[in-house]
Amino acid sequence: MVQHSRTVTGSPAQKPKLAVWKFASCDGCQLSLLDCEDELLQLADHVEIAYFMEASSRQQAGPYDLSLVEGSITTAEDARRIREVRAQSRALVTIGACATAGGIQALRNFADVDEFIAVVYAHPEYIATLKTSTPISAHVPVDFELHGCPINKKQLLEVISAFLHRRRPQVPPHSVCIECKLRGNVCVWVAHGTPCMGPVTHAGCGALCPTYNRGCYGCFGPKENPNTESLCHWWRSELGTDKATLIENLRNFNASAPVFDAASRRLEQGSDKK
Amino acid sequence: MTKNKTIKVDYLARVEGEGALYIRYDDGGVHDVKLKIFEPPRFFEGFMRGRDYLEAPDITARICGICPVAYQMSAVHAMEDALGLKPTAELRALRRLIYCGEWIESHTLHIYMLHAPDFLGYPSAVDMARDHPKVVQNGLQIKKAGNAIVSLLGGREIHPINVRVGGFYRVPSAGELRPLREQLVEARDMAADTVRWAASLPFPKFERDDHNRYEFVSLSHPSEYPMNEGRIVSTHGLDIAPAEYDSHFREEHVEYTNALHSVLVARGAYLVGPMARYNLNYAQLSPLTQQVAEEVGFPPYCANPFKSIVVRSLEVLYAFDEALRIIDSYRQPREPYLAIAPHAGTGYAVTEAPRGLLYHRYSICDQGKITDAKIVPPTSQNQKTIEDDLRTLLPKFLHLPEDKLRARCEQAIRNYDPCISCATHFLKLHMRRATGGANHGS
Repeated sequence: MVQHSRTVTGSPAQKPKLAVWKFASCDGCQLSLLDCEDELLQLADHVEIAYFMEASSRQQAGPYDLSLVEGSITTAEDARRIREVRAQSRALVTIGACATAGGIQALRNFADVDEFIAVVYAHPEYIATLKTSTPISAHVPVDFELHGCPINKKQLLEVISAFLHRRRPQVPPHSVCIECKLRGNVCVWVAHGTPCMGPVTHAGCGALCPTYNRGCYGCFGPKENPNTESLCHWWRSELGTDKATLIENLRNFNASAPVFDAASRRLEQGSDKK
Repeated sequence: MTKNKTIKVDYLARVEGEGALYIRYDDGGVHDVKLKIFEPPRFFEGFMRGRDYLEAPDITARICGICPVAYQMSAVHAMEDALGLKPTAELRALRRLIYCGEWIESHTLHIYMLHAPDFLGYPSAVDMARDHPKVVQNGLQIKKAGNAIVSLLGGREIHPINVRVGGFYRVPSAGELRPLREQLVEARDMAADTVRWAASLPFPKFERDDHNRYEFVSLSHPSEYPMNEGRIVSTHGLDIAPAEYDSHFREEHVEYTNALHSVLVARGAYLVGPMARYNLNYAQLSPLTQQVAEEVGFPPYCANPFKSIVVRSLEVLYAFDEALRIIDSYRQPREPYLAIAPHAGTGYAVTEAPRGLLYHRYSICDQGKITDAKIVPPTSQNQKTIEDDLRTLLPKFLHLPEDKLRARCEQAIRNYDPCISCATHFLKLHMRRATGGANHGS
């Protein structure tokens, strides 16, 4: 999504300002930046790490040239805060499954609140939370979404570099299957009959699960134009996978990504009792 | 009458997750200390219900991006306890190896990037690197070596994909492990230097009185420094099996925080983590680790939490030593994992996450679906002790100007490497459906 124009202060001689924001999440995607052990100090030479609570106790005021946003929106306060972040950011990139699809905590979106008999804490009145976990794009315009639970740190560096040079990030939107082929993996589905989400899952991990003899479980979310209907059909008819397992695979770390959400609801409501 | 003063930190930096601090005090004493955790709850224990037992390590890893292996280890051991599976010695060794990798990565992140800047007066490691480039570069290389272990065994550093109930999806050959060796040997030397460097930092004097001593709680194993197995023991005589956890520890829901406070039923606050492990298991550390501790004059018992940075550095050194021992004696398991048809049962496990005890309990049904889950992370167990520390500490440092005093309080919190994302995940959202959906197996 392209943003309407925004004013950003600062002379060209100044280093671009980078900010890292956290919403409901595990901290893993922002940790990916600190996991760039060979590149971190070099990166800091080129950008001003202006706001990054996990890494620094000094915060610089906005506006920021690039904001990296981790986490999903699960409280009214966070829904307000993300608007503030957007207003201060020339470019806003979401990092990871929580920020792009609501994350694992979006499983609450599938629980029908009317069917709750009780929400039981020792003191439920102490807790403020929304009934849904939603991606950042449900609240503000987003300039780029980087997939993955967690993101791939090399892709993160690519995205930062691309935005700082005002070019499109080179992040292939094809499926995990292509990555398996590039890696020379034997197909776990065809050769071993292992159910695999690879055909509908966004590339980026380097086909890790099939490389380790297991089926992909979709942690990078849907690829562009995935054919989930066909995948479901093949899993059921060819591999004999039960419906519960199929739903579990569509409904995990990217459960609320629209395509996976629709596919899992179709299955749940379907007449097939297998 | 003295005037009431407050220390407020609205958003704590250099910790994992979102927390705040509020202290009210005057010359007469400290009247109120609240470590507030405002990180939004994510309800893991609620939505685990109905999920497949094989998913537990993958789902619970997402509680924490800094210590996912810890969640995976507690999850698989608890599931194996429920199913009556006992992994072979070879699989056990590999699990210990991946845990070594995580201890190194997580501890080194904290030592160099979160905690050291407090001692040397910098806002961040990046700022510190301007004056101490070699120190920070070494730290990053040590961390990288820890991540290399996790990546090789787990597929990636964060949320590894290779940990499975019963073992691993795929186990490496000895030849695949060998290239790690050189990197680890080199990093082990840097880890020994880290101990020397950490021991030379300026430490605030801070001891608790005899009536207010810490109760250190950790696992204890007859022949190893504890990671995946052992009994839960304490400096006050606790000695129980992991399955007895629930009858000795209780969680309290406190108004100002989104994380439950865990207490010992018998005695209240306690302390878990590197200091507890070290104090209770010093004899199990490798000879090299003990030798370097002696060389820098660091005693086998440490009760000053500001010195936890030294203890962490010793544990990093130990983890390298242990990882190398495992690699050198590695025999590839015949099967990557043990499998068994699921059956109804309840399982318990406690493992030593980098930050301390991590308790998991699961019940599953005959179809292998989770019917109940309970998870107690280390940070919720340390919360009360952190607050007690602040209460004890403040009167000793009232001579400091306010900004220094606030910084000292923040440092005292960072002593525990609190992981707020962990501590918050577990507020329970209980739900019962009128009709069971397809994905809610039982």
